Amino acid sequence: MSSTNLRYVSRKRTVREDKRFVTGKGKFVQDVALPGTLHVAVVQSPYPKAKILSIDASEALAMEGVHAVLTGDEIAAHCDPIRFGLKLPEVKWYPLAVGQARYAGEWVCAVVADSPYIAEDAAELVDVDYEPLEPVIDPEEAFEETERLVHPGNGSNVLYHGHFHWGTVDEDFAAADETLKFRVRWGRSSTVPIETFGALARWDEGTEILDIWASIQMPNFVELLSSTLRIPLNSTRLNQDVDVGGSYGVKRGIKHAVLVGYLARKLKRPVRLIEDRLVNMTSGDAHGPDRIFDTEVAFNKDGEIRSLKIRALDDAGAYPGRAPFQLAKPISAIVGPYTINSVKYEAISVVTNKTGQVPVRGFGQSPTNYMIESAVEKVAAHLGMDRIEVRRRNLIPADAFPYQIPAGSKYDSGDYQTVLQKALDAADYDNLVKRRDAARAEGRLAGIGIATCLEPGGGNNIFEYLMNPSAEITTFSEGAELRVDPDGLITGVVGTTTSGQGHETLVATIIGEELEMDPDEIRVVHADSLNSPITRSPVASRMAIMLGSSTAAAAQKVKAKVMAIAAHNLGKAVEELEYSEGTVFERGDPANKLGWQEICFIAHKAYHKMPEGMEPGLQAQHVFQVPGGGQLPDEHQRVQIYPCFSFQAHVPYVEIDPKTGHVSVLDYVIGHDCGTQINPDIVRGMVIGGLAHGIGAALYEKFQYRPDGQFLSATFADYLMPSVYEIPMVKDVEHCTPSPLTSHGQKGSGEGGYLGAPAAIASAVNDALAPLGHCIDELPMRSHLIESLINHGNPNA
Amino acid sequence: MSSLEITVSVNGNSYTETVEPRVTLVDFLRDKLALTGTHIGCEHGVCGACSVLLDGVPIRSCLMLAVQADGRAVTTVEGLTQEDGTPGLLQDAFRDAHAMQCGYCIPGMLIASEALLRENTDPTLDDIREAIGGNICRCTGYVQIIEAIQLAAERLREAGR
Repeated sequence: MSSTNLRYVSRKRTVREDKRFVTGKGKFVQDVALPGTLHVAVVQSPYPKAKILSIDASEALAMEGVHAVLTGDEIAAHCDPIRFGLKLPEVKWYPLAVGQARYAGEWVCAVVADSPYIAEDAAELVDVDYEPLEPVIDPEEAFEETERLVHPGNGSNVLYHGHFHWGTVDEDFAAADETLKFRVRWGRSSTVPIETFGALARWDEGTEILDIWASIQMPNFVELLSSTLRIPLNSTRLNQDVDVGGSYGVKRGIKHAVLVGYLARKLKRPVRLIEDRLVNMTSGDAHGPDRIFDTEVAFNKDGEIRSLKIRALDDAGAYPGRAPFQLAKPISAIVGPYTINSVKYEAISVVTNKTGQVPVRGFGQSPTNYMIESAVEKVAAHLGMDRIEVRRRNLIPADAFPYQIPAGSKYDSGDYQTVLQKALDAADYDNLVKRRDAARAEGRLAGIGIATCLEPGGGNNIFEYLMNPSAEITTFSEGAELRVDPDGLITGVVGTTTSGQGHETLVATIIGEELEMDPDEIRVVHADSLNSPITRSPVASRMAIMLGSSTAAAAQKVKAKVMAIAAHNLGKAVEELEYSEGTVFERGDPANKLGWQEICFIAHKAYHKMPEGMEPGLQAQHVFQVPGGGQLPDEHQRVQIYPCFSFQAHVPYVEIDPKTGHVSVLDYVIGHDCGTQINPDIVRGMVIGGLAHGIGAALYEKFQYRPDGQFLSATFADYLMPSVYEIPMVKDVEHCTPSPLTSHGQKGSGEGGYLGAPAAIASAVNDALAPLGHCIDELPMRSHLIESLINHGNPNA
Repeated sequence: MSSLEITVSVNGNSYTETVEPRVTLVDFLRDKLALTGTHIGCEHGVCGACSVLLDGVPIRSCLMLAVQADGRAVTTVEGLTQEDGTPGLLQDAFRDAHAMQCGYCIPGMLIASEALLRENTDPTLDDIREAIGGNICRCTGYVQIIEAIQLAAERLREAGR
């Protein structure tokens, strides 16, 4: 779609959410003040695995201002375990440990008091008697283990173990000139928002409705909450007019919400739990994928990659959350942007005695991209070929779309060669090589990184079925509502919270585009879950695709009604009329017209001027179905999971201090194609922000456990995140290959930077280390590992 | 627990309140004065979300007790607006550059930037990095924040300030 035909879409326009944030008027869950609110502090297990022998809360309860101490046994007696999508009835997840603590830091009791200060004091007075047991911490040991079981009733530590086989893998391996095997490891990290998770609940006796305010970004949150608490779904109301202080996938505090929901009903007072940072890091169940890949790649001497055999073993921690499914989303782009003919994929998810895993930006795609790009780098190194040339040889050509990969996905559109070339041009690649070589000639360690990758967006839920065939869920739709009031003013209604993606700007821009109205005059509200259109929440790079398209369709319905009302009153057929900025006029006689205000008045008040039988008012709702969705997998487990595929090419330049191993990312170019951008500033921000997350995951961020299961990364002094000093002035070069599947050609852009940056930084660091003959196959590549490798030849020296 | 009476100037208004000695300055601002623009991120002085100006100097309000602010002047993000509550120059520059996503760290970023620009309306990239080097943003990757500070500096220079 040519942007020259667009009034508001793709134009640089102020992001409407920003005003409240710069003036300090954002409303985050911690800012919601209900009279009489009680506060929760948690008692945490000091042991990674221990039987709970007894709990004595008498001293805590005797403190002035303490209202209750809740134990796991009580909550298990009144609530169901939190569902997580797999049929494993003996893996029971409750907000508090029941009978046994399964990781260091797990919540054992909840103390409720008049203030957080009193609650924390009282929590220290709860006396828990434990019998320590031997934990299992290493995921490979956990997979083999028959004695040290995290959930003994499950019979093993395995949550999921599946085999997928797409295409002629054995034949392709036999026919290929060469094969090689390698192992790469993605370390346990996460996106760690600056706002911790918080939840506030109030039980209304009069209406018998449980109200929840939460810093949530999670599909099916209300369904899970109501079923766990055994409250009807239509008695559970999530208030979505709170700003979420960052999420990037991880704000999934379902156990927090269950806890305060239960307490609010029991105590008949509003109850609030705001994690402090220590609780967030140790026990928020908010860690990300922790994955070992063993991969075999078959390729020809000319650099053509023919086939992959992948085994992925992922450490979910003690409670699965959505962890196993983060092994399933990558199936949608399991060959990356390449013409790889066949794939075997073995996916294993195990439990260990660590805090639980949640979805992180890209839902498992970033580790998988790192593995795929590692394969490309290793093929190039093995053949002595240029890394860019190997990629060019394997990238799906621009004239091959829609392109179906062996696992079933049809990639919608793309021009990967052009985007890669744009990135290389912007990086001034030939001179960058000279710069690197000059640095090396001066004795410095310097490297250029190359990575290309895909960002699947807007997916349906069918990956759940691939792992659990009892879950016949074949859609993941999104609704939008548009209301025009009697004054002619427009309100868009969305059904989710927002955590920085600018949904209000998205919806206002698209309504404005469709109805030719100034988006700044359009209100957008976040309805509560009992009032809202259907939503599956802003995950999976899906809102531009799904909410954008549903909004456009709702606006078109309103416009159609406007045209019908005008036609009736102007005495003409709709086909004889033109619409311009709300006014409808006769094409042959522009003086014969009806204005927006008049049309809106007629729709609401002057029923005698409405076409016969037309529904009064001027509003519309539309629920957008996932393009290409609605199907179960075929007999070869091939299925379309995501409709839209964005693409990026990353080119960072790094230098390494050989004395300290410190990596400086000095320059970074990303070529990026997410189709039509609705708001370029929002896209650029998410691309660069995601990329910064990727630099963190590649170089700094790790939730480190000791071999005995104690957690070592509970503070920001131990879990290091990039500051402004670690992120260069990234250059984002955009390209637009519209998607044929969405309202304006838009695709997803919320995850892309994060999906490619770790692979790109790994490529750059390994390029810098190559003259020394070293290669690191593990993220994060922390400076002490690099220093040891440079100076002692061994990262663990 | 016994309480103490303190008098603190916040955004030019004088407040006299009784507080427990252990209450942090950020909790005092948020819970007693309902100035919820200042955010709590880590409560151990690393992330900078709770930054405020104390007598013109940026500090972590999570690492200071309210009683330590007795007799002193605090500026929060709310104090950077114009008198009618509309965004001030720096706040407008952050909007115009879309220097944020979720907005949670932004009050601290604005305070750190304000402290810089009061001293230096022509900062280099290094000056800007030093000013906001103690503030973590997880959304933006900092590029648009740096551009916003450069934009604000340019506007200040144009205004002859």
